[in-house]
Amino acid sequence: MNELLPLLLQGTVVTIKITALAALLATALALLAALGKLSPWWPLRWMANIYIEVFRGSSLLVQLFWLYFVLPLPPFNAKLAPYTVAVLGLGLNLGAYGAEVMRGAFSAVPRGQIEAAIALNIPPVKRFVGIVLPQALLVALPPFTNLLIELLKGTALVSLITLADLAFRADQLVQATFRTEEIFLMTLFIYFLLAQAIHLSMRMLERRLNRGLPQGKA
Amino acid sequence: METGFFDWQFAWRILPDLLDAVRYTIGITFAGFGIALVFGLLLALLRRSRLQWLSWPAAFFIEFIRSTPLLIQLYFLFYVLPDYGLTLSALATGTIGIGLHYSCYVAEVYRAGLNSVPRGQWEAARALSLGPWTVYRDIILPQAIRPILPTLGNYLIAMFKDTPVLSAITVAELMLRAKNIGSESFRYIEPITMAGMFFLIISITVAMLVRRLEAHLRMP
Repeated sequence: MNELLPLLLQGTVVTIKITALAALLATALALLAALGKLSPWWPLRWMANIYIEVFRGSSLLVQLFWLYFVLPLPPFNAKLAPYTVAVLGLGLNLGAYGAEVMRGAFSAVPRGQIEAAIALNIPPVKRFVGIVLPQALLVALPPFTNLLIELLKGTALVSLITLADLAFRADQLVQATFRTEEIFLMTLFIYFLLAQAIHLSMRMLERRLNRGLPQGKA
Repeated sequence: METGFFDWQFAWRILPDLLDAVRYTIGITFAGFGIALVFGLLLALLRRSRLQWLSWPAAFFIEFIRSTPLLIQLYFLFYVLPDYGLTLSALATGTIGIGLHYSCYVAEVYRAGLNSVPRGQWEAARALSLGPWTVYRDIILPQAIRPILPTLGNYLIAMFKDTPVLSAITVAELMLRAKNIGSESFRYIEPITMAGMFFLIISITVAMLVRRLEAHLRMP
């Protein structure tokens, strides 16, 4: 066990990095797509819809393989490093799921808040950033936590495009040592601990953001 | 000569092979979902049990499986079970593995459904001195399952989209078939794009059916 753990931990670091980067990309895309979907301008709504449906509807592994195998060939000729493919693929996929969450969160902000902001003559950008967004993010946090855990689980698939994450290291160690049971159980527990860590930190963040707000409303 | 970036003739030629893989993948999905429905119900009932030595392990199992990757779970089943003398084919391992994985999601859905049955129904059934088996089968489950059907439908779609993970343990589902065509012909764009399109078409169609079911089931 002592000689296995360092290699697995090396893979864990890669897994954490990819999860974090993909989560950032996914958050940005989710915000953009949700805004696009709520936009009064129909081409934007359409683009957002197509993005969301395509990336939610086709499978994550298919998307990763598409980026990994198809992009380097003509007519694209864009050979991306496995690392880039991983972050891009996971971010695009999770962003589509996140967009639906964000859209729900935006529509959960009470209409009166927006009307009050208009009545107070607060300019649109400030109205959005200062009033609508903070309230929407609070609503989006719990479902977003679930998506983050889905993302963490999804990162295991990047081992199939040769990236040396935790799943890849586990597979590699098994090939070398044949201590199958021990290695895979350790790997599962590391993923489990990471998921619990995400859970706990998101709950702390939620509590922190809720501070000073009137409690007890649904 | 280069025939554009998407070779329609080649696409047409590999279509029967891919359609065959689509059927195979749908078969795996339904078999796996059957396992998930049965085992998920068992897990949900165990978790609701008043006996802690039943409910705690069930709760831990559900939480553990839900927060670890399907890929590693499949590796575990595929490479560790033979050490215990249980050697299953890749197809059987994959179907059981994905079924077990989703049973933990399904268990939580059942739990929500069971919790939504009004207390009075339980009390009335007890007052009529019906046995526990009859109570569940004839009174509680029919009421618990109706409102959760759309959610179950969504998990069926999610499961279908997760079947490509089975390719990692050599199950020749749609994604692996597409990838193999790609590596034989050195043309990846057609097979992989088509595989993605099949996933897209099927999951959007089923999602539409689920939405219609949802409208149909909505209680007045």
